Amino acid sequence: MRDVAIIGVGIIPFGRRDEDSLLDMLAYASLKALDDAGIGDQGVDAVYVANMGAGILQHQTSVASALVDRLSLMPAAADAVENGPASGASAIKNGLLAVASGYYDTVLVAGGEKMREVVGWKATDFVATMTHPEVEYPYGITLPGMAGMFTRLYMEKYGLTQEQLMAVAIKNQKMGTLNPYAHVDMIITREGIQESPDAVVNNPVAADPLHFYDMCPVSDGAAAVILCPAEKAKEISQNTPVIIAGFGQATDTHTLQEREDPTNLKAVTLAAKQAFKMANLTPNDVDVAELHDAFTVLEIAESEHVGFFKKGEGGKAAEKGETTLTGKIPINVSGGLKARGHPVGATGVAQVVEIVFQLRHALDKNRQVKNAKVGFTLNFGGFGNNVVAFVLRRSE
Amino acid sequence: MALDMELESVLRAPALEMPPYPAKVITLANSKKMVVRQAKRTEVPTLLGAVRPTLAIDKDFYDIVGARLYAELLGWNRHRVRNEYCLVGQIDGYVVGIVNGRMVDKAIGMSYHTMAIDRGLKIGTHLFAAKMEYHIEHLGQEEVWITAESPIGFRRWMIEYDLIQQEGVQHELGGATSYKLTRDLYFASKSRLFAGQRPVPQDLLDYALQNLFIADGKAIKEKICGTLGGQQ
Repeated sequence: MRDVAIIGVGIIPFGRRDEDSLLDMLAYASLKALDDAGIGDQGVDAVYVANMGAGILQHQTSVASALVDRLSLMPAAADAVENGPASGASAIKNGLLAVASGYYDTVLVAGGEKMREVVGWKATDFVATMTHPEVEYPYGITLPGMAGMFTRLYMEKYGLTQEQLMAVAIKNQKMGTLNPYAHVDMIITREGIQESPDAVVNNPVAADPLHFYDMCPVSDGAAAVILCPAEKAKEISQNTPVIIAGFGQATDTHTLQEREDPTNLKAVTLAAKQAFKMANLTPNDVDVAELHDAFTVLEIAESEHVGFFKKGEGGKAAEKGETTLTGKIPINVSGGLKARGHPVGATGVAQVVEIVFQLRHALDKNRQVKNAKVGFTLNFGGFGNNVVAFVLRRSE
Repeated sequence: MALDMELESVLRAPALEMPPYPAKVITLANSKKMVVRQAKRTEVPTLLGAVRPTLAIDKDFYDIVGARLYAELLGWNRHRVRNEYCLVGQIDGYVVGIVNGRMVDKAIGMSYHTMAIDRGLKIGTHLFAAKMEYHIEHLGQEEVWITAESPIGFRRWMIEYDLIQQEGVQHELGGATSYKLTRDLYFASKSRLFAGQRPVPQDLLDYALQNLFIADGKAIKEKICGTLGGQQ
């Protein structure tokens, strides 16, 4: 297996993009990544496109071959990857394996989703199609509903508090205001969402005990990366290569009820362990991480399950500021899904793009983790039933 | 413009007595304080300046809402709409939202428009609620008739308040189906949807009353449309 490098990245601002089709967004992000890599005029061997819902939301399928045609990348091989909200990282993993195997040299991986085309409850219903079709979906379960139940259990078992959840929401929305690609550009305060008498209206309960500001927004967006063999990275591109040092992927039961302990996100732990083992690194080596905070509770729970903190300590760490830009382990300094937004097919790719920016030391000071050398991403599908992790390393 | 007051007295609608809306202050999610108060007729020219830029924004039907609100405010200022009122939301003096409506008679209120200029802070939601509060609690009305011109309005009013559909009842704004908020529905929703504290600290209120600022047209368009969407 060859080492694989990321030599180009592209992302477009997430949010409501009424004027753009899904294919427009995928094309914009892909062109940015191709240009960033400096191979805009050379084409690629293969294209992987991560998308969860075009078949449902846009009544469009085969988006990968459509993108290849749109970008005139023929005859590049085209594959669409649908793996729920973990589609983005799954697609990168497939591209990684294709390059690592020696079969392809240059691969474009793009992820995109257009979710604002439908009203909110239809988007929520669309995301809920990943739940079990016989024992969950027919009874009206939604992902926010699952997250609410998970949070309650986590509170009971580990003493997680509303204040700790709020610390994540406030941190990520603050960081989102510094990220030009973030959907949400608004600071929130403890006073505004909890302490003032008006907070109950500003921040109502959404899925008890989770509140409105514990949820990520529904977004449109796309992101893309260019992969190549690490040994050729410097001859193909001028950019500082970022090496995919390790990856891991694991699956857990489809339904939460079948898990011995629903608060134990086994697939998260396994995926992270695999990624760290392959990279020959540990969680202590990570300088910056992007975790899948579709709900604030997930950032905390994942930070524990991947090994940044002991179980029950992640919430306290968030509250103490240990996950801020200058903290012990900066998490989601992009704003995370909470503020950057969560166009489901794009998210896993966007996380990797953010870490590449960090490892290139290409960000403004107010968002750059100083001297970052190792980054970590975790893309969480279903309610933890399909998880993909990457360890990324700056190539000196 | 010189007016023939004899003819004007015929053209001007006689107005019902309307108790004033007592100002309140709402702490928003970002801790900013929004003063919600009744606008004065003399402030209409300034308010029109805030509405004018929206005429060119088709996003979320701002153009329709803006055009109609503009006409309604003009009509109020020139005494051509009966029993109309207007409430404004101000942050640091700046207009961030406008709502209006009128009394049809003592029992029935007619909700006109809700326009949020600053978005993402539930300003429209808070101002719509203030309007309902005015009709039910301060004007003492039995019901308020409401329609929606945008999907956001439909979600925020019809669904959030579980409004009652009125088959065959024509709302003054025409078009879509008419719904109504009753006193029972209002009080059932109050703890969940109504924010604001009284009295407004005097310095805050004085500042809002003495300083009615509007952002420039470009800024208003950016606040409504966002600065990111559409960029490549």
